[in-house]
Amino acid sequence: MSWWPEGELQKMRSASPTSGQPSGDTTMSANATNEHPVYNYAVVRQFTIMTVVWGIVGMLVGVLIAAQLAFPQLNFSIGDLHLHFGRLRPLHTNAVIFAFGGCALFACSLYVVQRTCQARLISDALASFVFWGWQLVILLAAVTLPMGYTSGKEYAELEWPIDILIAVVWVAYAVLFFGTIMKRRTSHIYVANWFFGAFIITVAVLHIVNSLAVPVSLTKSYSIYAGAIDAMVQWWYGHNAVGFFLTAGFLGIMYYFVPKQAERPVYSYRLSIVHFWALIAVYMWAGPHHLHYSALPDWAQSLGMVMSLVLLAPSWGGMINGIMTLSGAWHKLRSDPTLRFLVVSLSFYGMSTFEGPMMSIKTVNALSHNTDWTIGHVHSGALGWVAMVSIGAMYHLIPVLWNRRQMFSVPAINLHFWLSTIGTVLYIASMWVNGIMQGLMWRAYNNDGTLTYTFVESVQASYPGYIVRLLGGAMFFSGMLVMAWNTWKTVSPGVAPERALQTQPA
Amino acid sequence: MTGNWSIYIITLTAIMIVGSFLLLFGNRTRPADSEAKTGHVYDGIEEYDNPLPAWWLYLFVITLLFAIAYLVAYPGLGNFPGLLGWSQTGQWQAEVDVAKARYEPVFAKYRDMPVEQLAKEPEALRMGQRIFANNCSQCHGSDAGGARGFPNLRDSDWLWGGSADAIHTTITNGRQGGMPPWGQMLGEDGVNNAAHYALSLSGALPAGTESAAGEATFKTICSSCHGADGKGNTLLGAPNLTDGIWLYGSELETVKHGIRNGRMGQMPAFGATLDSDRIHLLTAYVLSLSAAR
Repeated sequence: MSWWPEGELQKMRSASPTSGQPSGDTTMSANATNEHPVYNYAVVRQFTIMTVVWGIVGMLVGVLIAAQLAFPQLNFSIGDLHLHFGRLRPLHTNAVIFAFGGCALFACSLYVVQRTCQARLISDALASFVFWGWQLVILLAAVTLPMGYTSGKEYAELEWPIDILIAVVWVAYAVLFFGTIMKRRTSHIYVANWFFGAFIITVAVLHIVNSLAVPVSLTKSYSIYAGAIDAMVQWWYGHNAVGFFLTAGFLGIMYYFVPKQAERPVYSYRLSIVHFWALIAVYMWAGPHHLHYSALPDWAQSLGMVMSLVLLAPSWGGMINGIMTLSGAWHKLRSDPTLRFLVVSLSFYGMSTFEGPMMSIKTVNALSHNTDWTIGHVHSGALGWVAMVSIGAMYHLIPVLWNRRQMFSVPAINLHFWLSTIGTVLYIASMWVNGIMQGLMWRAYNNDGTLTYTFVESVQASYPGYIVRLLGGAMFFSGMLVMAWNTWKTVSPGVAPERALQTQPA
Repeated sequence: MTGNWSIYIITLTAIMIVGSFLLLFGNRTRPADSEAKTGHVYDGIEEYDNPLPAWWLYLFVITLLFAIAYLVAYPGLGNFPGLLGWSQTGQWQAEVDVAKARYEPVFAKYRDMPVEQLAKEPEALRMGQRIFANNCSQCHGSDAGGARGFPNLRDSDWLWGGSADAIHTTITNGRQGGMPPWGQMLGEDGVNNAAHYALSLSGALPAGTESAAGEATFKTICSSCHGADGKGNTLLGAPNLTDGIWLYGSELETVKHGIRNGRMGQMPAFGATLDSDRIHLLTAYVLSLSAAR
């Protein structure tokens, strides 16, 4: 790969990474600046670029399937390749979660672990293997899912050979990450790395346990679990994928990039300890709330519900620590759209982690389950929190990694910010309206006990919401195109001299 | 679940809740000193050591207390059923009992009324229409006009008979219609000729040499179900071929496909889904649709 010329690479390696920060970081100790090894930024750059690329691909598929729901004639086939909602929906979820979100997590975690441990990654070869292995997983997913190969488990649709590849790459990633932690030059381990560590270990456990299957051919396997146990294992996986992949991992991103971008100390070390341990302990219990009023035994449903409610405070601990870190730096929000991305992502995080426990209450769930409310809830987390915190982190990372003073266009970041925010609000508001309306229509009955509405009448009533959702999704997607342009202009080799950062020999 | 599993669940849950309290109260004692830092510096990032925000701490405690109260009242701690004796099957049964008691008089009014008479009661027909909309319209259409492969219920053509009894039987037990495949036996020419003959019966295609060639096939093979005159047989669900109504379409290729490969039509049984009172009303509604013509 060469998005950058070797000469420039050399120059960047020799540059002091900490000097890549905006000036004014007075808390920096002089020694810390000088005494660190040359970091491996090559793999971080690769994952950073692919974050933008897969973000565009995954969200484009998202916009397409949103359009398919509003305009069914867009479900089409090319020969035997059926590009229908049913085939493309898993492609969308896999692409945005594991390709876009995954690359953002790899980029940030491998960057943060080096900088906060003052240690270079233990192996460049292993880092390359993780990058290329993960890209191969994504490509295999992009090919097999539209062809209809699926194990039928939500967010774990990939068939067993790809599952094995994921496990191998993930173990390599764990070795790389924890190996680097072990040879750190700081006495303590920074809080961001606790979250990355929990995310890496737990995702490995979740993936391996949930994907256990009996293969019948290269492209087909059957889960080793049956019935209600299969459902419970699936949602133990499914909800902890949200908890550890999409929450703990991205909290790790937040804990580095928010204080760094705000240039303020983290609000409370002790809060980070308490909410970290509470979060990772309680999340494990929350899966059964996906299976309320089902064949799952009552006791498991109850435990899932109460633990989901207990999860509210540990989730909010991260939001408080992030937002309160801005104490004394609120004025920076006026001029720094990158910081705006980070702070607004925390607001959406707080909102969706309030909504989640509420939806896990059985009586609320009886209304919300199987409606568009669930889709809206997922996207307030996925667009508002996961995507926006990643985008903020990328806007911080890209200039540092490519040795630029700042992104090529700061107004373009601001444009991206507003497209993302308005797009997210349109998306989740339309899904709230649709979801509550559907829930109420499905349970309405006449005075003779018959249902008032047929299912298709609720679909018809949802049509305006589907249009608004499509509009919101398209806005969010167009923001990603702005980001791609801005990234390209920032990293392309022919950069004007005044934009390049002055570098000094280490 | 066995006793050991129950104890395991109760123990783990207790560890979680007690552990959360210990975690919270073990970390709240330090006095507020907003300027104190931990002394750690990571890549320029420092950390304050502010105490846990009080409102957040209380929020956490309240959710833990709610969890304890809920697990005392409702099933959750292994085999312990909870003080309220609640279960989801119990809740379901209670709701069903309430509904039965409430709607019993509504249905009792029509229970003994003959279907033919019921088909003229506007209120009964409205109820039948609602039952139809939620159970039948997925295939037969919300106007009961049918779709390709799904019979139109508004016309006077009945595969299995249009009497009140026949309709009632169809809804209760379902129907399994089978047209055997004849492609192997007749060969492509034979299929073509038989299709021409079948289509000539209703005048969809004019009689000609092909239909004439198909007539012998029809008389020896097809007539055993469709009848010598092609008017069908409701005992077998064999369609009338002379009335110009075609379940799968009247195009030559479609009819040839049906003769060559056969057809399998299925009406699901609703006897286990809808009770006899509802099927009674539904029968009247379906009967009223064709009677209106």
